[in-house]
Amino acid sequence: MSREVLISLSYIAASVLFVIGLKRMSSPVSARGANLLSAGGMFIAIIATLLSKGIMEWQWITVGIAIGTAIGILMALRVAMTAMPQMVALLNGSGGLASLIVGWASYHYQPNSSLLTAISIYLAVLIGGVTFTGSVVAWAKLEEKFISGKPIRFTGQNIFNSLLLGAVLVGGIIFCINPVTNYPLFIALVILSLILGVMVVIPIGGADMPVVISLLNSYSGMAGAATGFVIINSLLIVAGSLVGASGIILTQIMCKAMNRSLKNVLFSGFGAVKKQTGTVIKGEVKTSSPEDVYLVLEAAHSVVFVPGYGLAVAQAQHAVRELGELLEKNGAEVRYAIHPVAGRMPGHMNILLAEANVSYDQLVEMDNINPTMETVDVCMVIGANDVVNPASRHDKSSPIYGMPIINADKAKAVFVLKRSMATGFAGIENELFYFDNTRMIFGDAKATIQALVTEFKSSV
Amino acid sequence: METQLNILSLLDLIFLFVISIFLGVELIAKVPSILHTPLMSGSNAISGITIVGALLAVGLTPGSTFCTILGTLAVIFATVNVVGGYVVTDRMLKMFKTKLPGDKK
Repeated sequence: MSREVLISLSYIAASVLFVIGLKRMSSPVSARGANLLSAGGMFIAIIATLLSKGIMEWQWITVGIAIGTAIGILMALRVAMTAMPQMVALLNGSGGLASLIVGWASYHYQPNSSLLTAISIYLAVLIGGVTFTGSVVAWAKLEEKFISGKPIRFTGQNIFNSLLLGAVLVGGIIFCINPVTNYPLFIALVILSLILGVMVVIPIGGADMPVVISLLNSYSGMAGAATGFVIINSLLIVAGSLVGASGIILTQIMCKAMNRSLKNVLFSGFGAVKKQTGTVIKGEVKTSSPEDVYLVLEAAHSVVFVPGYGLAVAQAQHAVRELGELLEKNGAEVRYAIHPVAGRMPGHMNILLAEANVSYDQLVEMDNINPTMETVDVCMVIGANDVVNPASRHDKSSPIYGMPIINADKAKAVFVLKRSMATGFAGIENELFYFDNTRMIFGDAKATIQALVTEFKSSV
Repeated sequence: METQLNILSLLDLIFLFVISIFLGVELIAKVPSILHTPLMSGSNAISGITIVGALLAVGLTPGSTFCTILGTLAVIFATVNVVGGYVVTDRMLKMFKTKLPGDKK
């Protein structure tokens, strides 16, 4: 068997392993094995590539892989589960940067490219560059380092962005028509796409971050696929487009869960939208103390926790799990209702609760928990706000009208653990807090939950 | 690293691209929302496949020091993407446990 055939067969095997790996991601039982299969596919792909005829510079290949592996393992083992969105942003970014550099290297090596190859190089550099700086900005926003997590807008932003985009397109056309004499233009295009990545992400913020992360995930795949066109490699195209598709789907799910179009997310920062106040809420907020909550919980047969990003901020997931176990011992059915956009990235709440040892069969999706909410005795809302605001069901003047929510208000009793009456990301009042069956418990969610745990333990 | 794209191979690659996008959509739509974070980091690791291009950029560009430097950088970043992605995904998936009998970890 010739070397080329062997390499091609290995690439086919790798593609199949990626596909099976993604397919088996559909259940928590098979997911871990699926990830290993996918990693095996990647290993085969790397080995096969190294078998290519005429590979040289082994010392640099070894150095690159060694450094990358060390950094990758270190990051992966040290990152906290609360910081997973930042981690994924950085990983997206490094993949995008790698695609950009591969495009650059292949242009540098062979500036006299055919038109089609020049277009592919241009796309790899453009998408890779946008993915890289976009991800770095997303990381900084999530980490609240260097820049604020809120949308950043300035006057003339749209004009600036239009000019930038125009320059990238026109420059791209000139470059592709005659790549060999346009090295300086190529460098300019690299820089412009890096700036474009920054400009695309800075006007987005707050509650929209899950969309951004999903979208960058898609871009990183597309950058890989574009690189596949540059080096004419089917495996890169298959793997890159699988990832691109996954990012598209997640982006769609996130947008749907927020009842917003992608265009709306990308071009109008939530905070920058003219504040619609919604209907003024009448009534009075009733507060409660952990002692009173304990008495209600003690008698409850069915309890549902609704976690939001506040739970992660307060690091309350372990305390919540402990309370959940005590409630189960007390004979109650305990479930966790997860809204699709709770947290800072898709599925964020699930990994936090899984880390705290909550069994995954207790984690229930919004669509499955809502029909049963009326039979729930106690609903504990922890650090969530907009995702339980009933105004989305009936108040047409509310900016979140139409957004699917967890029907916490339908439970017999609702306890809301919150620092203050401050509004959520959407910046609107929540009428749930004024309902007759709602009691507010202000303060640190973790301290409140721990107080409840102590109450339970001392009464046994 | 010297092959140039012509119209016939381009059409073949576009064919692959389109079919793979559809395949990806079908596969991912079946993943439950509980697994969306590991799905994202895991698929992200797959996008590190650009490492293949990075390896070729180092290994198949004889005589160009600049390409060796660029390629080595690309290998580093792509490896971070691949290794970091798979390891962190495994770390997350390891945490998903169930108390249901007969379904033990």
